[in-house]
Amino acid sequence: MYRYVLKRLLLIIPILLGVAFVVFTIMDFTPGSPALIMLGQGATDEAIAQLNHQLGFDRPFFVRFFNYIEKLVLHFDFGNSYSTKQPVAHEILARFPHTLKLALASIVFSSVLGLSLGILSAVKQYTAIDTTLTVLAMAFAAVPGFWLGMMLILLFAVKLGWLPANGVTTWRNFILPMIALSMQQAAVDMRLTRTTMLETIRQDYVRTARAKGAPEKTVIWKHALKNALLPVVTNMGTSFGHLLGGAAVAETVFVIPGLGTYIVNGIRMKDIPVVMASITMFAAMFCIIILIVDLLYAFIDPRIKAKYTRSR
Amino acid sequence: MSTNMKPQAVTAQAKAKKQSQFKEIWRRYKKSRTAMVGLIIFLAIILMAICADLIVPYSQAIAQNKNARFLTPTSEHWFGCDHIGRDVFARVVHGSRVSVSVGIVVSAVCLLGAGFLGAVTGYYGGMLDNIVMRVLDVFMCIPSNLMAMAVVAALGTNLVNLYAAMSISQIPPRTRLIRSVILTEVGQDYIEAARSYGAKDSRIIIKYVIPNAMGPIIVNTTSGMATLILVAAGLSFLGMGVQPPTPEWGSMLSDAREYIRNAPHLLYFPGIAIGVTALSINLLGDGLRDALDPKLKD
Repeated sequence: MYRYVLKRLLLIIPILLGVAFVVFTIMDFTPGSPALIMLGQGATDEAIAQLNHQLGFDRPFFVRFFNYIEKLVLHFDFGNSYSTKQPVAHEILARFPHTLKLALASIVFSSVLGLSLGILSAVKQYTAIDTTLTVLAMAFAAVPGFWLGMMLILLFAVKLGWLPANGVTTWRNFILPMIALSMQQAAVDMRLTRTTMLETIRQDYVRTARAKGAPEKTVIWKHALKNALLPVVTNMGTSFGHLLGGAAVAETVFVIPGLGTYIVNGIRMKDIPVVMASITMFAAMFCIIILIVDLLYAFIDPRIKAKYTRSR
Repeated sequence: MSTNMKPQAVTAQAKAKKQSQFKEIWRRYKKSRTAMVGLIIFLAIILMAICADLIVPYSQAIAQNKNARFLTPTSEHWFGCDHIGRDVFARVVHGSRVSVSVGIVVSAVCLLGAGFLGAVTGYYGGMLDNIVMRVLDVFMCIPSNLMAMAVVAALGTNLVNLYAAMSISQIPPRTRLIRSVILTEVGQDYIEAARSYGAKDSRIIIKYVIPNAMGPIIVNTTSGMATLILVAAGLSFLGMGVQPPTPEWGSMLSDAREYIRNAPHLLYFPGIAIGVTALSINLLGDGLRDALDPKLKD
């Protein structure tokens, strides 16, 4: 098991190098030289050329890429932002907690909501509750998160004044962004849980459990749910990816100074070090979550756990 | 089937069989009322996008009117007017063009790109498969809308670059899906049979593997269209989609955000337009999934 985790952690390294390479290549196509961005429109051609030379931007593509990676690996140096001239690593460390909080809160909220409502819907199949939940899930799956976010601001911040519309000072600031970011995922999770739960309930072993006189609660929670959970957990890794992507938009709506807004501003300003660093951070988070999800399987499915232990 | 049948007769028979298959799928699709509602709404939206100029002239969507700023809905301006006095109804109608075209064009490009990569890697496997999949692993670690943003930033913001950016970000996950579908088909006996009578690989892929793998691919492409429309709206919301003054639902919402306290009505209509479009496509996708699933055959 430990060897497996270590192997997977080591595998993240080449993937992140790959991500860095892909983003570096894309950003290389971005028009406009970095020196021009730093010096502003009024700069003379010589000043631009000199700064480009000083910072090494006139060197070949691969040399620049290796220099970047070298600095990153040896000194944890992501370079300096072109626009603020501050080290990117500092900025990322300051912003990262906000995004992590938002993403974790959202994945927990959407999973709990999606799972519980999915189970409820499956257990009460063909009742008014089931129909209502299914219709709501269809609707929420189609609503863009940023629009939902603005509607939430309109209702809870502007009209009712219950919750703040932006900022990050207290946990109350995170409620609306969390809901805006989660609802679409919750809808997807709910529909998936409902489907798998319905399939599981029809299995022979569930009928056996019922036949031997186990109370309905035990049948659902102990026997059916564990198996119905697997596809939902499988989907959690991917949904975390969606959430991370959605965070960029949600943070913009709620003016949260996280990695998402950092990346959006970085892209707008063509601030290459900022974009490189934040996308790589996003990818790293994603890889680690996928690993955690894979390990979660083992806890839920003893068959998979057995495989890991044997491969040791 | 007798062996001395004329080639024309065989093609005619195959054609008839294909037709009856479509009929069968359509018959099953029709049975779902929600799927039919989805189909009708989606066709109506496509029609709206095509005939936008007949419904309301484009000039109204970009004409500014100082006196009509923040106008709430009236009989003349059904959806009211925005912060520079443009008619919101006209902008919503014309905005459908961008969303629908992104949905269709990007889906088609992804189907071709991911279809080719998925078919080749799934069919041949081996080294090629390994290399392509490892490269895609890297791409899959970058959240797709961040990827699209980066590509738009590199290429510049316009409609064609938006298509390109979204295609690049969507091809990797779809290639994976198509590859897995192809892999299950390749293991079947009829492929072995085709190989044993000496059919060429390209013929096997195009003639046998792809048609048989089509079901899940169609369903995925249809449902994916809703995602594409939502992501495109998100990109435009962030100012990385189509450039003003071109009407687009996401960018309309981005404008509306500034005036959320004074003119909340500007938020409603573009949002509803995105939601209804995505909902209709989801209903259509669900209906297709059920109609194409042989397990659910009556």
